[in-house]
Amino acid sequence: MKKNSYRNPVGVRKTTGLVLISPFIVGAFLFIVYPFVSSFITGFTSSPDHSVSAAFRNMLGNDDLGKAIGVTMKYAALLVPMKLLVSLLVALLLNVELKGIGFFRTVFYIPSILGANLAVIIMWKYLFTADGLVNQLLGTIGLSPVSWYGDPDSSLFIIVLLRLWEFGSTMVIFLAALRDIPKELYDAAKVDGCGNTRSFFSITLPQLKNVIFINLILQTIAAMQEFNAPYILTNGGPLSSTRTVGMLIYDEMFRYGDESMANAISWLLFMLIAAVVYVMYKLTAKMREEQR
Amino acid sequence: MKKLLFYILLAVIGMVMLYPLLWLLGASFKSDEEIFSSLWFMPNELDTEVYKNAWKTVTPYSMGHYFMNTFMIIIPKTAFAVLSSVLVAYGFARFDFPLKKFFFSLLICGMFMPSIVTVMPLYKLWNTLGLIDTYIPLTLPALFASEGVFVFILVQFFRNIPREFDEAARIDGCGTLKTLFFVLVPCIRPAVVSIAVFSFLWTMNDFLNPLIIINSVEKYPVSLALRLSADSTGQGYEQRKIIAMSVIGLIPSVAVFAIAQKKFVSGITAGGLSG
Repeated sequence: MKKNSYRNPVGVRKTTGLVLISPFIVGAFLFIVYPFVSSFITGFTSSPDHSVSAAFRNMLGNDDLGKAIGVTMKYAALLVPMKLLVSLLVALLLNVELKGIGFFRTVFYIPSILGANLAVIIMWKYLFTADGLVNQLLGTIGLSPVSWYGDPDSSLFIIVLLRLWEFGSTMVIFLAALRDIPKELYDAAKVDGCGNTRSFFSITLPQLKNVIFINLILQTIAAMQEFNAPYILTNGGPLSSTRTVGMLIYDEMFRYGDESMANAISWLLFMLIAAVVYVMYKLTAKMREEQR
Repeated sequence: MKKLLFYILLAVIGMVMLYPLLWLLGASFKSDEEIFSSLWFMPNELDTEVYKNAWKTVTPYSMGHYFMNTFMIIIPKTAFAVLSSVLVAYGFARFDFPLKKFFFSLLICGMFMPSIVTVMPLYKLWNTLGLIDTYIPLTLPALFASEGVFVFILVQFFRNIPREFDEAARIDGCGTLKTLFFVLVPCIRPAVVSIAVFSFLWTMNDFLNPLIIINSVEKYPVSLALRLSADSTGQGYEQRKIIAMSVIGLIPSVAVFAIAQKKFVSGITAGGLSG
């Protein structure tokens, strides 16, 4: 396209598009650019001597922060691979033409639709109480009950399980991608004598590379921001072993009233997420570009 | 035989997905001892009295009051979101203009931007404007296409409509907006419905934003009311009432999902995200 020549229908001014997207332009500055700049200013220049380094020293001195980052990374590292694996496997299972398959697609999708609802998180809380459903179930198969909320690892695991249960939204994206893979590829593979396993690794996986990457990024970003589930299920406990960075930001702001710390941590979290996404992007770049 | 195994596998997973929800429904009718002593979701007897109490809640207001509050947020927000996303997506999909690439990148960045980063500064902004404890901070941003994902999905759908449609409409004398609302939008109705449903469900589920913005119990949406009740009810005391309140709180989402399910699922699988 040549510079300054806009391919619009005859009689359409080049400003028409701008007018149409003007709500977004205003919104982007109000709700993306402004908060971004503002949190930097509040977070890093409002310390006593107005210096960025002082803000960093402050954060380094905050023992809760290191722990919260550790919890958040551990949580994301546990949840994201499991969620991707489960949703891919179930999507493969659902990608067949069978009577009543639509019903199962809907059923598997329901938890992720309702899952973020507070009512469901409260329900989850009851499932894992000392004499809750899960412990009863363990009892029937002869295992001793677990004190889910008493132990740091198991309480983090409850949150992981809740989010894992809601694999539907990731699954739907995989399902859509699976349906887009041309059938001819499989037919050709069959003619060449490929078995199911072989065609999965040689056709399905390579065709899904980009979607796997998108899901990986989306789920990582969501996991690293987790707030609702730990806030309701464990309130960060025991001994702040489930206090995510998202919760810490909330606590700094509304419990300890430290606005500049809250904003500085927000920014740090953003940088952390950006760094993790960047590393993932670089690590997978080769794999994503191969062949195709 | 293979088919049968397949169905059994699907049924087992389906059970894991649905049983907690069935259990929740059943538990709301059970006595507190029964809740924690039986695995089976069906209650021994149907005691509907608990729902009358749950409707009254353990707070000063009834569930009806909290539902009204929630709808006062959801209805304008969803209308705003649909309208603004359709306009913006139309602009991106059909027109060329200066800085288009830049703005589209900004849109994608916004989609990947963790919302937790923007929550604190926006709180400060609303506070300065004196809008804390009103619904404006919860609804107004939707008017500015604040959900980048919605725009992104719609753009994919608009691109699938042949340009000849626009040209034919233009020859018949339709202006830019008339073409959009009378020709293009009817073509992508499933996508528009999906967006409206997502907006409804996400708002219904939203917890962090109301938690920060709304202070007075009188203005609480359902999510905050549920949490308030769950907190003010001690362990082992009236659990079933909280459980019944949770069931009531899920009804609108389940109803909307059930009504829109067909269009909705086709809307998300048909192209938007894979395109």
